[in-house]
Amino acid sequence: MKVLAAMSGGVDSAVAAARAVEAGHEVVGVHLALSRNAGTLRTGSRGCCTIEDSMDAQRVSNLLGIKYYVWDFSERFKQEVVDDFVQEYEAGRTPNPCMRCNERIKFAALLEKALALGFDAVCTGHYATIQEIDGNLELHRSPATAKDQSYVLGVLTKEELKHVLFPIGAESDKATIRAEAEARGLAVAQKPDSYDICFIPDGDTQGWLGEKLEEKPGKIVDRNGNVLSEHSGTHNFTVGQRKGLSIERPAKDGKPRYVLEIKPVTREVVVGPQKALAVKELAGTKFTWCGEAPEHPEIPFEAEVQVRAHAEPQKCIAQLVNNELKTTTHEPILGVAPGQTAVIYLGTRVLGQFTIERTVSAVAPEEDE
Amino acid sequence: MTIYLDHAATTAIYPVVAERMVEDLQKLGNPSSIHTQGQSARAMLEGAREDLARILNADRQEVIFTSGGTESDNLAIKGLYWAAVNENPKRNIIVSAYTEHHAVIDPIEWLEQYQGAKVHWLQVDERGVVDLNELAIFLDDNQGKVALISLMWSNNETGVLTDLRRVVDLAKIHNIPVHTDAVAAFGHTDVHFFPGLTAMSLSAHKVGGPVGVGALIVARNAKLQSLQQGGGQERDIRGGTMNAAGARAFASAARMSQSKLATDGWARHELLNYLTTGVTRAIPSARFSRGSAPGVPDLAHFTFPGCSGDSMLYLFDQHNIAVSTGSACTAGVARASHVLLTMGRSKEEATGTLRISLGRDTTKDEIDEFLRVLPEVHSAALKAGLTA
Repeated sequence: MKVLAAMSGGVDSAVAAARAVEAGHEVVGVHLALSRNAGTLRTGSRGCCTIEDSMDAQRVSNLLGIKYYVWDFSERFKQEVVDDFVQEYEAGRTPNPCMRCNERIKFAALLEKALALGFDAVCTGHYATIQEIDGNLELHRSPATAKDQSYVLGVLTKEELKHVLFPIGAESDKATIRAEAEARGLAVAQKPDSYDICFIPDGDTQGWLGEKLEEKPGKIVDRNGNVLSEHSGTHNFTVGQRKGLSIERPAKDGKPRYVLEIKPVTREVVVGPQKALAVKELAGTKFTWCGEAPEHPEIPFEAEVQVRAHAEPQKCIAQLVNNELKTTTHEPILGVAPGQTAVIYLGTRVLGQFTIERTVSAVAPEEDE
Repeated sequence: MTIYLDHAATTAIYPVVAERMVEDLQKLGNPSSIHTQGQSARAMLEGAREDLARILNADRQEVIFTSGGTESDNLAIKGLYWAAVNENPKRNIIVSAYTEHHAVIDPIEWLEQYQGAKVHWLQVDERGVVDLNELAIFLDDNQGKVALISLMWSNNETGVLTDLRRVVDLAKIHNIPVHTDAVAAFGHTDVHFFPGLTAMSLSAHKVGGPVGVGALIVARNAKLQSLQQGGGQERDIRGGTMNAAGARAFASAARMSQSKLATDGWARHELLNYLTTGVTRAIPSARFSRGSAPGVPDLAHFTFPGCSGDSMLYLFDQHNIAVSTGSACTAGVARASHVLLTMGRSKEEATGTLRISLGRDTTKDEIDEFLRVLPEVHSAALKAGLTA
């Protein structure tokens, strides 16, 4: 196969590319330039968009004897990921930019371009596996439980799965990958992992958003509508947040309050006790099936739902009702914000995902105080 | 077999130049030393200086060897600017055009940001030709305030030529120094250090010499401040141990490339016509960037609507044809060309560019192979679209 190896400059994608070469594929390395003003050197954990990272990817390509190119996706990345991130916050939601990037850049824009240019597949260094079961391709969790990235890949569609390779996806731990990189003589073997949001240089999301968004003051209220305080903009809050609420009057129960809901239209931030963060029902109309869609999703079925990259999956009943995908968990989940992605699993298989639009609290408002 | 059509990025060193340079590099002696070995090295260096001066119609004292085009541009712009403002702080305007190479734009912007310079970027038409009528008016309106004018001899992306004689005539009226970046022009058109020019940047590897050697030709009467302190080996303008072997290699390559231009300059124009006709015939939507404006014969720059330059570059590379998008690259990223944007083209147009630059030995067969592959590359790139 003709394979385009997406190389971030990190160790995972380097070993993935090496394995693709070894498997006999015709491999070409490509680094995506996502930042319009890429920094020269990597700093801290935000390593995936600097020139140093691009050079690292190039060096690995040289050692693997494959051709290497840098493709500029910065414009598209800005529109589809960065601007989307800002808009989502503005709308009172909590987006996952890595998921957006996978959905719209890596496995959409890049894959489309690769196919148009004559490639058969794109390979990445993600930890997840693609298995063929009864002739159908399915996405499964990686055995490396700590590294499993199936959650952020939940946006992959049946069509996309046909053109994606995860050569290190079945690896049981990262140390093995580092050792393999070392043995292959790749200088990125000990390169630190990247985390955090790559386009927020210092990791201060609220500060970064503050520069992008106008101050729009509003009120902090409880679930019964009582005004407790004021704030300078809803983007400063995410559901589940406890700090920075500046509420002077203590709650009757003496316990701290948490952000429960953000209402961008009225600019209200709704707060309440921790127990009120518990939700049982999650629902959204923007959903995709990963691989073959279930035959009768309108009939309630047992599944698991996961709401964050490293959250525990929760047993639930899932169902498609009037084109809205819905999960009802057996146990309540804490701190779920609209905008987050809910990924539905059947065992280790990723079945699909939806963007959470509404949640139903497990606790009634009158129980707040 | 690779078909190399990116000679504007760098071109092959003349084999005889390389051979002699290898020998010269093994000759012991620092040109600044007083003993016999030093004197031999000095003789090599000064011989090269004289050769280069002769080729350029310059005085031998006017040739300052540098490490290349970027250093020469920095030295000229900062050196002329500082000398001007030291003499008269009111002379702090730099006049240039935004179609210049980054080696010119960036030092100018640096002076603007950190040294209080004021900058006037001249208007450029859709062919990339700098508006010299505007220059005339601007100079009249800003008498006694302009520190220097910097305009390139020919553009490194589009190949368009600047009417430097007119620039010099206008500058002379107001006694303003003129710098020209002739890196892209040297070896491709008749480049001379004609009277009225104050400084001219050159680079060896663009004319078949080695990388890491260049020159700034500085008029005897120019007021130019040095950027480096320490040694002052080159006319007190540039310090550092002099690279005699490199200088000789540069002078030899320059001589060979100038004489080649004299013998086959016309044939190159014909080859370029053949190429541009072939491209526009195969892809009617392709646009020859400099249009009807005069330009160098070795450089053809096109826009291909709906295609991204990096897709085309990749596809040509798969066919072993080396071309460029023309725009400045940082870590291999092909970005929308600042030259095309300045020429008033849209961002989409400025992204879908291809620069084909011919070398001294480029053949018609190579152009034919390029033209044969072009339709296939174009249709795939069109399919891949403007993903960026």
